[in-house]
Amino acid sequence: MSAAEKGQTVKERARDALGNDFLRSAVRFTTERLRLGKKLAAEEHGNWDDWRERGRQIRLHTIAHLDYYLNEFAENARANGAHVHFADTAEEAVAISLEIAKHASAKSVVKSKSMVSEELHLNQALDSIGVEAIETDLGEYIIQLANETPSHIIIPAIHKNRHQIAGLLSREAGEDLPADTAVLAGFVRTKLREKFLAADIGMTGCNFAIAETGSMVLFENEGNARMVTTVPKTQITLMGMERIIPSWSDLEVMATLLPRSATGQKLTVYMSGITGPRREQDADGPDQMHIIIIDNGRSLQLGDPEFQELLNCIRCGACLNACPVYRHIGGHAYGGTYSGPIGAVLTPALKKNVAEWDDIANASSLCGACYEACPVKIPLHDMLVYLRRRKVEAGRGNKAETLGMKGFSVVMGNAKRYRNVVRLGKLGQKLVVRNGEIRARIGPLKGWNTYRVTPELPKDSFRDRWSKVEQELYSESAPMNPEVADRLSKLMDQRKNGGHGQ
Amino acid sequence: MKISLFVTCLSDALFPRAAESMTRLLAKYGVKLEFPDIQTCCGQPAFNSGYWDDARTSARTILDAFEDSDFVVAPSGSCTYMIHHYSELFKGDAEYLEKAKALQSKVYEFSQFLVDVMGISDVGAYFPYKVTYHPSCHGSRLLGIKDEPIRLLNGVKGLELVPLPYAEDCCGFGGTFAVKMADISGAMVTEKSDHVLETEAEVLVGLDMACLLNIAGNLRHRGEKVRVMHLAELLYEGVSVHERG
Repeated sequence: MSAAEKGQTVKERARDALGNDFLRSAVRFTTERLRLGKKLAAEEHGNWDDWRERGRQIRLHTIAHLDYYLNEFAENARANGAHVHFADTAEEAVAISLEIAKHASAKSVVKSKSMVSEELHLNQALDSIGVEAIETDLGEYIIQLANETPSHIIIPAIHKNRHQIAGLLSREAGEDLPADTAVLAGFVRTKLREKFLAADIGMTGCNFAIAETGSMVLFENEGNARMVTTVPKTQITLMGMERIIPSWSDLEVMATLLPRSATGQKLTVYMSGITGPRREQDADGPDQMHIIIIDNGRSLQLGDPEFQELLNCIRCGACLNACPVYRHIGGHAYGGTYSGPIGAVLTPALKKNVAEWDDIANASSLCGACYEACPVKIPLHDMLVYLRRRKVEAGRGNKAETLGMKGFSVVMGNAKRYRNVVRLGKLGQKLVVRNGEIRARIGPLKGWNTYRVTPELPKDSFRDRWSKVEQELYSESAPMNPEVADRLSKLMDQRKNGGHGQ
Repeated sequence: MKISLFVTCLSDALFPRAAESMTRLLAKYGVKLEFPDIQTCCGQPAFNSGYWDDARTSARTILDAFEDSDFVVAPSGSCTYMIHHYSELFKGDAEYLEKAKALQSKVYEFSQFLVDVMGISDVGAYFPYKVTYHPSCHGSRLLGIKDEPIRLLNGVKGLELVPLPYAEDCCGFGGTFAVKMADISGAMVTEKSDHVLETEAEVLVGLDMACLLNIAGNLRHRGEKVRVMHLAELLYEGVSVHERG
C-alpha cells in the first residue's frame, strides 16, 4: 500500500523525509551528480535546445496520431511473430501476465527495470500464484531486498547510501560484505547469474517502440536487460501505450535526448533493439514473445489540451534531479509510483481523481526547473496549476483557503479597498511588531515565521508617497534622453508594424 | 508617449523603496513614469493556487490601469510574467483578452526595460561592496532575463560581483507554497541562505522582492547581517549616495 493510500498527506510524508538525514544527503548527493552531468552533456552537445524542440515535435506528432502508430506497431510486431495484447487497466495487464506465466508453467521471472510493472504491482501478483519475480537491475534488486518501492524513475535506490546497501546485501549473502561498490556489485552479479539461467520468463519494460518495424528498444547500463531478453524461453514486455515513436530515425533524436538528460551520458551503455522472438538462425532469444500494451489511465489525457503533453514524457528523470522539492524530500514523499514533478502531475492525471491526490500538486514552488530540464519541454509547472484549478472548480478547495481567496478577490478588486486594508494592516501590526520585525508564529505566519522573520509594513506605502515623489521628480520638465527616446519610438513603430515589441 | 509604473502590491505595501528607486533612476534619463492608482495586484497568489475567478477580479485592475500605456515597467520578474498568463486567464472574455494581449506586448521587468528597451547598461553608479546576485525563477527561466542584471552590475564601479553557488535553484518562496508547505519551503530557503553566506558577500541583490523577502527573512532569523536589496535600490544608491571614485 502506498503512503498516499494509507491516508497520509504529502505534508506528513515530507516532514518524515525532512527529518531523515541519511535520505536527504543520499538524494542530494546523487541528484547533484546527475543534474551536473546533464548540464555538461547538454552544453557539450552544442545544439541542445534545437534537439529538445525536435524531440518535442516528434512526441507531439506521435501522440496526436497515437491510434495510427499503435496499429502500425501492433501489426508489424505480430508479423514479426510476437503476441500483442492490449490492456485497458492495471488489473487486465496483471491478468494477462499471470495467464502467460501459468501457460509457461513458470517458476521464476527475471525482470529488467520497468516503471510500468511498478504501476501494476506485478511482483506481488506473481508471488500470489507462486512465481518468484527477481529484479535484475542493481537498484531495483536493492529495493526488492528492502521490500520498498523505487523512489526515483531511473535510480530506484537513490535514497539509500552505500552502507545501507551493504547491510541489505550482507543479509542476503549471509556474510558481512564491505561497503565497496565493486565487491557489492560482484556479489549481485554472481547471485543473479544463477537466476538468469534458471528463469522461465524474462520481463522487460520498453523505452521506445518503433512503429515502422514493430520493434522495441531498451536502454540500460548494466547488461541485465540483454540477459533478460536472450536467456529465458518466454519474454514479456510491458509497455505504456504512449511509448511509441514512428521510426528508427526518430530514435536517433531520442537516443541523444534520453541518456544525456537522465545521467549525462552521451549514449547509454547498452541499447538493444528487439524485433520479434528468436528466428531459426538466431543463436539465442525467446521462443515466445508477448508485448502487453497498457493504457491504465493514459488515454484519459488524449484530447485534454492541458494534459495531453504528459504523454510526451520519455521517463528520463531529469525533472526529479532538477527539482528543489524532490532534492529535499525524495521520491516516497510523493506517495505514488512516479515521483518528482512528473509524478506530481502524472499520478492524479492517470487516476483522474484530482480530489484525492491534489495535495501533491501543492508540493511545488512552481519554479519551472522541471520544465527547463525536460528534454521534450513538458510544461509541468503549468500543469501543476491546472491541477490546483480543477480541484477548486470541483468545489474541493481547502475551506480556509477558499475563504482567504474570496477575501483577496474582494480587496484586490478595488484599489480603494486595497489601500484601506494596507492602512488597517499598519494599525493591526502594532500588536505584533517588535523592533521593526514580526517574529510571532501566528495565523498564516505560523509556518513562515518558523524559518524567517517578517518585516513590518512601512509608514507610507508607495502610493502614499507618490504625489510627493512625482512633484519632486517631474516638476521641471526635463526632456527624455534623446537616444532613449529614439529607441522607444522605434520599438513602438515595430509594434505597430506587427512586431510584438519584446 | 505614456510609460507607466506597475508597482506590484508587494513593492507598494511592503517595499516602496524598490519602486521608488526605479522611478528615480529612470528619471535621470528623463523617463517620466505615470502611476495609475487603480492598479492593485496581478492576481498571482490566487492564480497559482487555482482560484482563477478570484485572480481575474484582481487582474482586471491591472488591465484597466494600463490600457492606454505605451510601455509598462515593473520591479518584479514574477509579476511581469504573470501578465503573460492573462491570455489564458481571460480566454473566455473577448474584451479583456484583447487588453491582455496588448499588455503582454508592452510590459517589461525593470532590468529588461533598462537594458533591452532603453539601451542602458552602465548607469554611472559607484557601489564599493561585495555583492552576489540571486536570479529569481520566473524572471530568469520564464521571461529569459539572464544577462541584463549581470551587465548592469558589471557596469557599477567598485562593485565586486561574486557568483552565487547554485544560483538558479529556487529560494523556496513560491507564494502560498511557503505557507502551505512551510517545512519544505523552509528547507529550501535555508539551503539558499547557506549558499549566500558561502560567498561572504555583503549584499544580496535580486529582481523580485518576494524572493528577497523570503531569503532576507531567513537570514535575519539566523541573525545574519547580509544586506538584501532590489537591483533598482542598489543602482539608485550607487548613483545618488556614493561618490564615484
